[in-house]
Amino acid sequence: MTLYGRKIPKMASLVVWLIIWEIVGQLDLLMLFPPFSSVLMAMGEVVTARSFNEALWITASSYALGMGLALVVGITMGILMGLFKPIDNMLNMWVNVFLSAPLSALVPIFMILFGLGTPTVVVTVFMFAVWIIVLDTRAGVQNISPSLMEMSHSFGANRFERAKIVLLAALPEILAGIRLGLVRGVKGVVIGQLLVSIIGVGALFALYQQNFLMSHFWALIVLLFTFALTMADLIGRLEKRIEYYAHVRS
Amino acid sequence: MSTLNTADPALLRDRADAPGLMSRLAQLPLIWKLLSVALFALAWEIAGRSGFNFSFPTFTATVAAFWSMVVDGSMGAAYLRTIEPLIIGLVFSLVVGVTMGVAMGLREDVEWLALPIFIVMQAAPMAALIPLVTFIYGISLTAKVVAVVMLAMPVITINSYKAVRNVPGSLVSMCHSFMGNRRQQIWYVVVPAASPMMFAGLRLGVAEGFSGVVLAELLITPTGIGDLITFHRSVANFAHMYATIASIVLFAVIAVGLLQWVETLLFRPEKGNVK
Amino acid sequence: MKIATAEFIQNGAQPVTGANKIIEVKNVSKVYGTEVVALKDINLDFEAGQLTSLLGPSGCGKTTLLKIIAGLLPATQGDILVNGKKVTAPGPERAFVFQDFALLPWATVLDNAAFGLKMQGKPKAERDDIANHYVKEVGLDGFQKSYPHQLSGGMRQRVGLARALSVNADVLLMDEPFSAVDEQTRRKFQEDLIRLREVEKKTFIFVTHSIEEAVYVSDRIILLSPRPGRVSEIIDPDIPSDIGPDELRRNEVYLETVENIWHGIKKYVD
Repeated sequence: MTLYGRKIPKMASLVVWLIIWEIVGQLDLLMLFPPFSSVLMAMGEVVTARSFNEALWITASSYALGMGLALVVGITMGILMGLFKPIDNMLNMWVNVFLSAPLSALVPIFMILFGLGTPTVVVTVFMFAVWIIVLDTRAGVQNISPSLMEMSHSFGANRFERAKIVLLAALPEILAGIRLGLVRGVKGVVIGQLLVSIIGVGALFALYQQNFLMSHFWALIVLLFTFALTMADLIGRLEKRIEYYAHVRS
Repeated sequence: MSTLNTADPALLRDRADAPGLMSRLAQLPLIWKLLSVALFALAWEIAGRSGFNFSFPTFTATVAAFWSMVVDGSMGAAYLRTIEPLIIGLVFSLVVGVTMGVAMGLREDVEWLALPIFIVMQAAPMAALIPLVTFIYGISLTAKVVAVVMLAMPVITINSYKAVRNVPGSLVSMCHSFMGNRRQQIWYVVVPAASPMMFAGLRLGVAEGFSGVVLAELLITPTGIGDLITFHRSVANFAHMYATIASIVLFAVIAVGLLQWVETLLFRPEKGNVK
Repeated sequence: MKIATAEFIQNGAQPVTGANKIIEVKNVSKVYGTEVVALKDINLDFEAGQLTSLLGPSGCGKTTLLKIIAGLLPATQGDILVNGKKVTAPGPERAFVFQDFALLPWATVLDNAAFGLKMQGKPKAERDDIANHYVKEVGLDGFQKSYPHQLSGGMRQRVGLARALSVNADVLLMDEPFSAVDEQTRRKFQEDLIRLREVEKKTFIFVTHSIEEAVYVSDRIILLSPRPGRVSEIIDPDIPSDIGPDELRRNEVYLETVENIWHGIKKYVD
């Protein structure tokens, strides 16, 4: 937006909203919102607590593990579905089912099967992230122009070379899937810990909630949101660098 | 003039954006779907019988448990309780979300002010706010409605906004060239052109809404479906718990699938005719 | 065949007689942003009842000029006069035919053709009646209830044409109307356009990048040069009007005009 001929940066309105938040908090208008300044103050306490370091470690490690699994399984499955029709026919339906299913409802099952610990959170992250990666990878492989495959065949590319071509040609879609998967994974790591509630940030949330520490609760949320947005933004940037190639490819 | 067969293939090609669940399913022969389900059930049955985990019931036991809950009425009662906050929340999200989305799409100042909020809401794990909602609204219906709205509204809003932004410029300038005023432009061109994508947003919103209501019932207060899950888990009635979870997943998938079907019917007549 | 250069016109010696100017373009310039000069000092008159082509390589601003005449884009400098009145917005005396057809995908052929009348607030029965007449005239009788996605590219553009004809404007502004249509359909379309001109006594301004097309359909061709867009030549092809379409494409004057324009334009093509 431009105002008086000057361009105002896109996300600048968030500052306006933070000021509104502060005013609402100071005036005690909505119980939900303690003043933003007190949230910032609490953030110092939250970050320096020993339990926070522990929560951070659990969150980061289960997120990384779950995402790693989702990447390997998702890309492999997507490529197989894209290349082989029978596999696609068998699995396509389930991918779509899990994409629109309320996956949070499955967490109680994971809790029973994998215990009230990190494995459940890892599985939750995996389940949240994997399906969109499968779907986009599959779409990417199916969108590869047939002439590209014919070209590699006619120039005598071997099996390994052709696999490389498939992977590279489908890269823009795969990356789009990974970006969406990463965002969903963050939701998974939070929801998993909230439901397990005795480890990581879930335990912290439970602690703050039981002790009515509103500002601490918000501080943790602000940290989580910042992390999620930074993640989405970084991947978006990476994707833009590869984007040039989606255009020349077709 | 018989030019139908000389048409530019690029113009006749199906639009590849947002291929929906229902249409993708419809492309599969029914036999594959049945086979796929049968294999899944078989794998479940074998895994259950192998006894690798005491809490993992067989497929048949789960189906039996489902049936018993339907017969004794506990399933129906649970769904009646769950569906209330879901529907209220979705209607609210729809009205506010579409209005906000369209306003952001049409007006630069509204976009500047509101869009970042919705971008944050869509990318961030909003579920973390659900325990906070309990702080304020306790274990009431309002708390659950708020949970549904928090999860469903961002995606509905963002999609409505993108839909308005994606209206082809040439249609808008066509309307302008035939002297349509701003009001005619919005009602006769922008809104109809944006409605397919808005509807797709609604579909995604419904999927999110299911997540929201289940989370609310698991986190805030055990009622409805959440209560059934929690209760049967606590008394180690695992087949009943699995049956409940499978039923809510199935319910959500069917609801979303139905919306997809309506979407194709309303906005993609070209896809319906192909079959 | 008469060829006048831009300098020649600015000296005031208009090669075509008859002062029946319907559109005047006066000193029009268009600058995008701060430095991209799309058009510079364009001075042109368009004769009523004639088909005038704006021809030039891509980047010469021909579509920009057409959209300025249509009132869809503001000129940075200069004026457009239609029947002596200054243009600031689209008006009822001008109708636009779009390169990408710009049909409403959710509306039938008839509703699309009646769109302009609907904007004018005509009652449904009346606008359907008028639109139906023109749908038939462009050769789409029987397709009134079809949707755009069921039509070929050529048929879609016929709907666009019917929509423009329905509002009964004096001037039809056509922006590369056949460029998204395949070659065979395009030829048929060009022949139909010539016939249509004889039935509907209207003024046509026609943007194209095809030399053959311009020479084939036009009474007058305005050749624009790129970066910045200026009028480089005005050509009145002197092709006998009493010969059939197939004969015309072999006619010597036709071929020679095409050749001459190509020589004039070649230096701008990289």
